[in-house]
Amino acid sequence: MPSKSISSLSLAEIHVGESAFVLSFSNGHGIAGRLTSLGFTPGAEVQMTQNFGSGPLIVTVRGTRVALGRGEAAKICVERRLE
Amino acid sequence: MSAKQAMVVPPAHQADLVMIALAGQPNMGKSTLFNLLTGLNQHVGNWPGKTVERRQGHFTMDGQDYNLVDLPGTYSLTANSPEEVIAREFILREAPDVVVAVVSAANLERSLYLVSELVGLPVRLVVALNMIDVAASEGVTVEPQVLEAALGVPVVPITATKAQGIYELLAVVRKTLDGQLQQVPRLPEIRADHREALDQVLKLVREFVPAPYPPEWIALKLLEGDVEVTRTMQAALPAVTWQAVNAILVQHDDAMLAVASGRYEWIGRMVRAAVARPRLGQIGLTERLDRVAAHPVWGLLVLAGILGLVFWLTFTVGAPLQAWLDAVIVSGLAGWVSTILVNAPAWLSGLIVDGVIGGVGSVLTFLPILVIFFAAFGLLEDVGYMARAAYVMDNLMHLMGLHGKSFLPLFLGFGCNVPSIMGTRVIDSWPARLLTILIAPLVPCTARMAVVAFLAPAFFGDKALWLTWGLVLLSLATLVALGTVLNRVLFKGQRSAFIMEMPLYHIPNWRTVGLLVWQRAISFIKKAGTTILFISVVIWVLSALPGGEIETSYLAQFGKFFEPIGRLMGFDWRLTVALLTTFPAKENAIATLGVLYGGATESGLAAALTASFSTATALSFLVVTMLFVPCAATVAVIKQETGSWRWTLLNVGMFLALSIGAGILVYNGALWLGI
Repeated sequence: MPSKSISSLSLAEIHVGESAFVLSFSNGHGIAGRLTSLGFTPGAEVQMTQNFGSGPLIVTVRGTRVALGRGEAAKICVERRLE
Repeated sequence: MSAKQAMVVPPAHQADLVMIALAGQPNMGKSTLFNLLTGLNQHVGNWPGKTVERRQGHFTMDGQDYNLVDLPGTYSLTANSPEEVIAREFILREAPDVVVAVVSAANLERSLYLVSELVGLPVRLVVALNMIDVAASEGVTVEPQVLEAALGVPVVPITATKAQGIYELLAVVRKTLDGQLQQVPRLPEIRADHREALDQVLKLVREFVPAPYPPEWIALKLLEGDVEVTRTMQAALPAVTWQAVNAILVQHDDAMLAVASGRYEWIGRMVRAAVARPRLGQIGLTERLDRVAAHPVWGLLVLAGILGLVFWLTFTVGAPLQAWLDAVIVSGLAGWVSTILVNAPAWLSGLIVDGVIGGVGSVLTFLPILVIFFAAFGLLEDVGYMARAAYVMDNLMHLMGLHGKSFLPLFLGFGCNVPSIMGTRVIDSWPARLLTILIAPLVPCTARMAVVAFLAPAFFGDKALWLTWGLVLLSLATLVALGTVLNRVLFKGQRSAFIMEMPLYHIPNWRTVGLLVWQRAISFIKKAGTTILFISVVIWVLSALPGGEIETSYLAQFGKFFEPIGRLMGFDWRLTVALLTTFPAKENAIATLGVLYGGATESGLAAALTASFSTATALSFLVVTMLFVPCAATVAVIKQETGSWRWTLLNVGMFLALSIGAGILVYNGALWLGI
């Protein structure tokens, strides 16, 4: 699933301070349901709050800080927000 | 839902009382509000057939009694977890008179998601807009009247931690009950590209939807791919109709996102109208604290520091209190009862003094230690720190195929393994939860630490502190190793998803922490009064029969029967019996050795033990005590939480093999090294 084009990449590749828009996710159905109830939907803006390149990361989505495992973040396909 | 599902929610209240249900996402202050209203008039139990906590209570306002049910905290009402199914089944089947939805002003957009689902249910709704103060500290202001106008249901601003706005909230609830307030909720709409599909599904299922479900709701949940609703409707619909419905669902398999997007569009309209946000770039308290507390290096140091402080507090304040209770209250009571029973038959005085007071009393002396530990834990939980601890521990937990959330119940295990195993309920996937339950008994609880704290100085003098740390580390290393192996063997190395909200830090609420400590303490006392009482009496009877002499008792015969195994670890029959009596309660090891070595006082016992055993035997005994089968109460709660004898017995067998193996290894290793 992770496409390597510039416009579409995985959430795990976003750097701290950058924002991105959710395009889609390929997590299983139950996990997708939990993601949407925490605010991840296509078009939602996600800001990277903490990402050290390995281990879990923290993002801010719809004003909520959410911790995600790297594996979960890798399955969320996003588009970098152009400044 | 099926007949089985229908059993989930029993008649929960006296029919004549008004029933209010509290709904809300986690970290919205729902429990704070519940505690504020009910105080000690609350009952904590389980939802029938589920290991989900059910809290219910009652309160009086202006002379009228109200029932209050605290629904499980859930992010949505889609069947992602048992909590979500319970919450919606309760609302649909029990039809509470009013549902109070608690939302956070500091987190309005996300917290309205649950409200966007609640407005679609046939229930009167009042929104409690909580955490006005937290929102203000983050620079966010919400206008309740604007929100109320946009939602079409009453909105009342409250600050539950400061008990502000509660009376106003209840007044609005009262008016809603009396029909003085109009409910005209505006409903979210599914994104335009799926609207037609929704209409088609609704048309197909409408006449087959079983009571009490609203057909519109069922159609929406079908499109969302809700597992429970899909199963229900597959059973309720004629095969042909189901095929037609299923064809639409397959064609619109991305409808879940369309439904969720529709809800967030609805929320966006509410929030844009009612919320004034600060300019971006302002750094809140939470962000500043998290730069340290959630940092992969500093965060671990902070966690280590906090754990150190908690243990220091527990043992410097709690341990002397425990010793004092043991020496003054328990021994005093035992002495007093013996004088009263001086003319009673010897068996009666023995049963009460040695069996009941000696067994239950000595367990209850651990209460101060547990209270301090639970208070520290509750405080850390309430300020929002525990999510950070879970976050920084995530990497380590991944070794075992677990994730950060499993750390929380394991940490609680340092106090007592029983609440630790109940605490695994926070883990959302069943394999991860089961694995955490299976390894949780390896966290050394206060009772095991008490045995070590008594025996280590007796055998090892100055080096006792190092030995104690070594034993704790050994337990934890075993925990990691066992977790890794079990994950490979039982769960094929699968890893569960880590998705967790990091709540905003806030000032702790003493009432919430206090009630948490109170409830945990009460459940510990109940356990002491039932399970531990029963087993203490059984052990005493086995040690007194048939002749009244412990040397020839059934207990001794039992120990002698197992002595061949004990000898492999360097134990004689006394140590073997002492080990076996750690099953009812870990700290029994000391009491049993005391009885077997002629009722010596504690200092005398230490000397007697040092004289009787080699260092290799002592070392082996300590290691085996740390790793032995969990205590009876823990085993009982493992059965309760897993609902399976198979896992429970597997757990017991596993620890039996592990501890005996370790004992043999340590004993022979120590002999070989010439220790």
